[in-house]
Amino acid sequence: MAENLPEHPDFLWRTPEPRRSYDVVVVGGGGHGLATAHYLAKNHGITNVAVLEKGWLAGGNMARNTTLIRSNYLWDESAAIYEHALKLWEGLEEDLGYPILFSQRGVLNLAHTEQDVRDSVRRVEANRLNGIDAEWLSPDEVAKICPIVNVSGDIRYPVHGATYQPRAGIAKHDYVAWGFARRADEAGIDLIQDCEVVGFETDGDLVTRVRTTRGDIACGTVALCAAGHTSVLLDMLGVPAPLQSHPLQALVSELLEPVHPTIVMSNAVHVYVSQAHKGELVMGAGVDSYNGYGQRGAFHIIERQMAAAVELFPMFARAHLLRTWGGIVDVTPDASPIVGHTPYANVYLNSGWGTGGFKATPGIGWCLADTVAHGRPHPYVAPFALDRFTTGALVDEHGAAAVAH
Amino acid sequence: MQLIECPYCGPREEVEFHYGGQAGVAYPADPAALTDEEWGRFVFVRANPKGRFEERWSHAAGCRRWFTAVRDTATYRFSR
Repeated sequence: MAENLPEHPDFLWRTPEPRRSYDVVVVGGGGHGLATAHYLAKNHGITNVAVLEKGWLAGGNMARNTTLIRSNYLWDESAAIYEHALKLWEGLEEDLGYPILFSQRGVLNLAHTEQDVRDSVRRVEANRLNGIDAEWLSPDEVAKICPIVNVSGDIRYPVHGATYQPRAGIAKHDYVAWGFARRADEAGIDLIQDCEVVGFETDGDLVTRVRTTRGDIACGTVALCAAGHTSVLLDMLGVPAPLQSHPLQALVSELLEPVHPTIVMSNAVHVYVSQAHKGELVMGAGVDSYNGYGQRGAFHIIERQMAAAVELFPMFARAHLLRTWGGIVDVTPDASPIVGHTPYANVYLNSGWGTGGFKATPGIGWCLADTVAHGRPHPYVAPFALDRFTTGALVDEHGAAAVAH
Repeated sequence: MQLIECPYCGPREEVEFHYGGQAGVAYPADPAALTDEEWGRFVFVRANPKGRFEERWSHAAGCRRWFTAVRDTATYRFSR
């Protein structure tokens, strides 16, 4: 058999042994960690960096998300960081020199109630004030953009209209991670897989060493990019944070002809759908209710999602469910991330992106690298500091993010 | 879907239950004495362990009573 197999393609990155010391240790080799490494090297010339990953690169939420990219959030703080990310997405393929199949096919956020309509129109106006492309569409206009949506009045929750962001889109998540990893590796950054952080050595308000399953590593600065496992790391440091880890499930149908030209999201009936380049319908909805680190969830959540999808898209009734899976998302009380300083002077936190971290990948990588390089929060992440849960300056994005980020 | 043991009704399907998060979070005895940071922690911060977790559940579609259960957040298995 072996002689018939094609040669293994070139590896996109090295597999180095961890050195005993780095200027910057990034914990978590998912999208955010890899993007942070890339921008540390590219924007700041910081290359004595290790990215520690307990499994394989980009094998957590980066491998499991539904790849939606948009920036139509309500508040100025969110609009700034997500729009910064979207602008980076628009030039990312060139920056990485790697195809990421970024397809700006637009997103429709459906409104099903009078309150939905009021909230949506408000969000459109807020988006416009922030220079973000946004439109309010009537049901007829929705049908023009996405003919397969059922906009008739005889369904349980009729479509009263939708917000539309034409620049929103999808990208190939694996390629994004590989592109960032390749660039970081080329710059000399060590991407270390199968290396789990099991503790921290501290001296006063500094973390001096990161203990890992592959030995202790001395560190100048630490950036935590561990998504659903952030609480596990913070517990080692004795830092309380308002994070709760939940299973979030997604699923795909069998491969279909191109039938779905855009992205459709509905908070009210709990489903969102796009069609991947290959042809699968990619769908997701809300988190499972209980705390969980199991990377799987309950089937009744999927069933509810499918009921909503078939109601909105009657033609989906004949599609077959091919595969479901789950990731672990760290959600916060205000559905906004927690980024910035920790009680340890040389440890920076990047967490709480909940169900919507993928779209932020280049934006947060850029801002976290800048934060690490300058030792202060980048202006775009400053509003998302941990201390907002003391001051009360929350950034409540439940309206734009709740079910489907 | 898994079966959850309601202490009053016996094992029932997961869809009948409502999740209530960490158990044993007491209202502060003297709320006015708390600093802003302590109050913020009481309002917003809950334990989020990977492993054994004592948590509140309500048999919402059954007897509607609340109870405390012990579950492993990595395996989702109930132990009590």
